[in-house]
Amino acid sequence: MAERTAPPVIRDSAPPQGKPDAAVVRDALGVGVAVGLSGFAFGVTSAGSGLSVLQTCVLSLLVFTGASQFALVGALAAGGNPFTAAAGAFFLGTRNAFYGLRLSQLLAVPKAVRPFAAHWVIDETTAVALAQPSRRAARLGFTVTGLTLYVLWNATTLLGALGAEAIGDTAAWGLDAAGPAVFLALLAPMLKTATERTTAGIAVLLGLGLLPVLPAGVPVLAAALAAPLVLWFQGRRMGPAAGAADPSGREKETR
Amino acid sequence: MNVWIAIALTAAGCYLVKLLGLLVPAGALERPLVQRLAALLPVALLAALTAQQTFGAGDSVVLDARAAGLAAAAVALVLRAPFLVVVGAAVAVTAGVRALGW
Repeated sequence: MAERTAPPVIRDSAPPQGKPDAAVVRDALGVGVAVGLSGFAFGVTSAGSGLSVLQTCVLSLLVFTGASQFALVGALAAGGNPFTAAAGAFFLGTRNAFYGLRLSQLLAVPKAVRPFAAHWVIDETTAVALAQPSRRAARLGFTVTGLTLYVLWNATTLLGALGAEAIGDTAAWGLDAAGPAVFLALLAPMLKTATERTTAGIAVLLGLGLLPVLPAGVPVLAAALAAPLVLWFQGRRMGPAAGAADPSGREKETR
Repeated sequence: MNVWIAIALTAAGCYLVKLLGLLVPAGALERPLVQRLAALLPVALLAALTAQQTFGAGDSVVLDARAAGLAAAAVALVLRAPFLVVVGAAVAVTAGVRALGW
């Protein structure tokens, strides 16, 4: 997930203590299966939000980044217009660009494969790939996680969307709590320092506080301003001298 | 129709940012400020979305069974439960609390 750690250490020649392939596959399958099965919750949520089975499945097939999908159907269900709804989902997806940046060095994806590999650049594949000790293991982990998750996520999305009607009132089954639980599970590992916690706190206040006054979908976008706001305050507090040198490890890195 | 527009925009946008990350030469996005903003932006969005989908009802803020579900998810996270258990706990507790008539 989007933990803010030092850039990945790339070891081209695998050290002898390299992880056996079976262990990598086991880790990757664990993540892929657990998260892939929650596509069911997305399918039900999406169909319950008024999207058709086809629309729901197209989202999982083509968007394939869970938080953005939940955000989109949530915003549409709340009456947001398609542009603000898509904007929220898009901004949430921007983190994948930074995952890609780290993965492109780590995996050294051949140019011809990049357009295909790109679709699988998400929280889970990144987390598994970054946890591996060698390039070979990272590639294996990325591929197995990506494949398992893609297949299961789409299959369970279809089942969920088809089953939504049979399930009836999705709220009675508590399925409207699946979306926020997914968001919380993605968020929790990111809340490492006071900076992240402050940002999250301000975002919650903005997101809920602006709910009654702004049109649906817009409060989330406004809450995103918590990020630059916190960074700006931090920059001011540290002063221009400290601002030039990033304290989060660039100096340590070049030592 | 509106829904299809939203789906098309989201699919195109989300794919392009994924591809961008793999295509951009390392270093272009490596400015510390850009990196830190990129790390914080999802934190802000996820926090706001979690709060809204737990306490939001249209344009008002309410406290209902979803809050209990989210609390259960938080407990599961603290106990380092797997992803599926976290989501399952939220769903089960929300359903349970509603069944009790809250």
